[in-house]
Amino acid sequence: MLPDNNGYFGQYGGRYVPETLIPMLIELEKKYKKLKTDADFLSEFESYLKDYVGRPSPLYFAQRLTKYCGGAKIFLKREDLNHTGAHKINNTIGQALIAKRMEKKRVIAETGAGQHGVATATSAALFGFECAIYMGEKDIKRQSSNVVKMQLLGAEVVPVSTGSKTLKDAMNEAIRDWVTNVESTFYIIGSVAGPHPYPMIVRDFQTVIGRETRHQIFEKIGKLPDYVIACVGGGSNSMGIFSAFLKEDVNLIGVEAAGLGLDSNKHSATLEKGSVGVLHGSKSYVLQDKYGRILPTHSVAAGLDYPGVGPEHSYLKDIKRVFYTSVTDSEALKAFKVLSEIEGIIPALESAHAVSYAMKIAKEIGPSKSIIVNLSGRGDKDVKRVQEIMEV
Amino acid sequence: MGIGRIQNKFTKLQKSKQKGLIAYLTIGDPNLEISERFLELIAKSGADIIELGVPYADPLADGPVIQYADEIALNSGTNLVKVIDLAARIGPKIDIPIILMSYFNPILQYGPDLLINNSSAIGIDGFIIPDLPLEESRNFSLKAKKKGCAYIPLVAPTTTPSRLRKISQIASGFVYCVSVTGITGMRQNVSSELPEFIKRVRKNMPNMNLAIGFGISNPEQASIVGQIGDAVIVGSAIMKIINQHGEFGDKKTELSSFISSLKKALV
Repeated sequence: MLPDNNGYFGQYGGRYVPETLIPMLIELEKKYKKLKTDADFLSEFESYLKDYVGRPSPLYFAQRLTKYCGGAKIFLKREDLNHTGAHKINNTIGQALIAKRMEKKRVIAETGAGQHGVATATSAALFGFECAIYMGEKDIKRQSSNVVKMQLLGAEVVPVSTGSKTLKDAMNEAIRDWVTNVESTFYIIGSVAGPHPYPMIVRDFQTVIGRETRHQIFEKIGKLPDYVIACVGGGSNSMGIFSAFLKEDVNLIGVEAAGLGLDSNKHSATLEKGSVGVLHGSKSYVLQDKYGRILPTHSVAAGLDYPGVGPEHSYLKDIKRVFYTSVTDSEALKAFKVLSEIEGIIPALESAHAVSYAMKIAKEIGPSKSIIVNLSGRGDKDVKRVQEIMEV
Repeated sequence: MGIGRIQNKFTKLQKSKQKGLIAYLTIGDPNLEISERFLELIAKSGADIIELGVPYADPLADGPVIQYADEIALNSGTNLVKVIDLAARIGPKIDIPIILMSYFNPILQYGPDLLINNSSAIGIDGFIIPDLPLEESRNFSLKAKKKGCAYIPLVAPTTTPSRLRKISQIASGFVYCVSVTGITGMRQNVSSELPEFIKRVRKNMPNMNLAIGFGISNPEQASIVGQIGDAVIVGSAIMKIINQHGEFGDKKTELSSFISSLKKALV
């Protein structure tokens, strides 16, 4: 099972961070390897997922959406029903439990849409950690309700005004904080990105989505699904659900943000339009110019507005195990509206990208097939933003 | 050229009982032409080694001063190719070793092998790559050494003794000791743990030239640090002078006297 001992998925991954952090990353890797098979740790993690997060999350047959699209049966994995409203909490509980065992006093995180920030602040409150969340100024504006939530949960929200003022620069600042306070502070990375062992740890904590889904779809239709679709920013919800189907004959589709269009230079389609580079500690596809300067990105969904992607996704793209495609802002907004109106489910704009692609292919692949969409989060945080866009 | 040239520099310093001054400059802030003039000035004012900083938009190891300098330099259109061109022009004019400091991604896009070949041909004597730790740098450091170019790794207060020994095997020229756990930028005081840290490094890397950087911003600090290291690296304090308000002429005067005062503290 990947990654290899050096933290590589094929040619992707590794540890491209300053030396100051390396001893800590090695310590974390050793600690995690032990905990991974530690019965006490695993049962504590599972009990929090059950009693605190509210797992298992349902797999819901979206009958009206299926009818609307006129084709394949569409199922929604309801990660939006988790405590804090997205899949992010699975990972933050797991990492907070590691931090506790490493006797750290403080946790930090980066956030784009604010979902990972809220989930981290929640876990910090739950376990009594001091907490700082780095968030780009642009994201603070467009996801203001999550900022208030993080503050209510006792976290300090640190605005990041450098560079793009979004997730990329929030992560830069979080890493700088970490380099400075590495002895006392645990960095809870929110996606399957960053230096080894993070892509592996975050994936492992999110595999609960895939395990449950697999069990649930067998209960519902007695067989594997034909398609599993998830949105991809850094790629944690998609790795979580794909992980249970990688070895099966199931079509796996990762949907990136095409923003204003793939030829507009205003998108975040890293796997479709990027090239191999190094960002935030790992080698992976990145959006960059020929001199290695990371390019500005755009998406209506703050959680997808990121010029990098987890290294395992780059590997899965190259070996052609997962098909990566993209959906524009306006297509995602349409799916956001449709799902709200005909299913009574307001999805996160990020997850609406996956919904949109399912709607696109459902008719074409026909009624004998089934699709599972990972509904990674709920859209409460986006309501104000969507209203603004609709009014324009 | 290369490793030999850096070694000669340290030998000379030792003979004359001096400590080295390594001056860092973000190239392209405010533009290439002015950077070139600052470089000549720094060399003339007493720097022993010059570090050419390739601007990068995501400099994880750098504090606000160098982040700002990088941003200006990128906006002026500076990239790795232009920094190498500048190194080729400046080399014959200044008689001190030139080190290229770049984050790894620009190097990866340029092509690491091509960079090593071109650099040794035009007289870049060594490389500092702050986000390329031991495990990721084996290929690069080997190839650079083959071409006679120094690979200068960083070590930090968190680096364990066994890592120090491994890192010493890939190092050539000198080793960059990060004085604090943190990012670049000026600090009020020299860390009280520095002597203990440098002692640990020396014990595990005997015979290696040690340059100490991060946070050193005035002659008093340079003098303290110079007593334990073989050289002192100053960056943010230089970029702060360059980016303050004022005329080019005034900055030149201030920079020149700043560099000489640092050097005086090391003699």
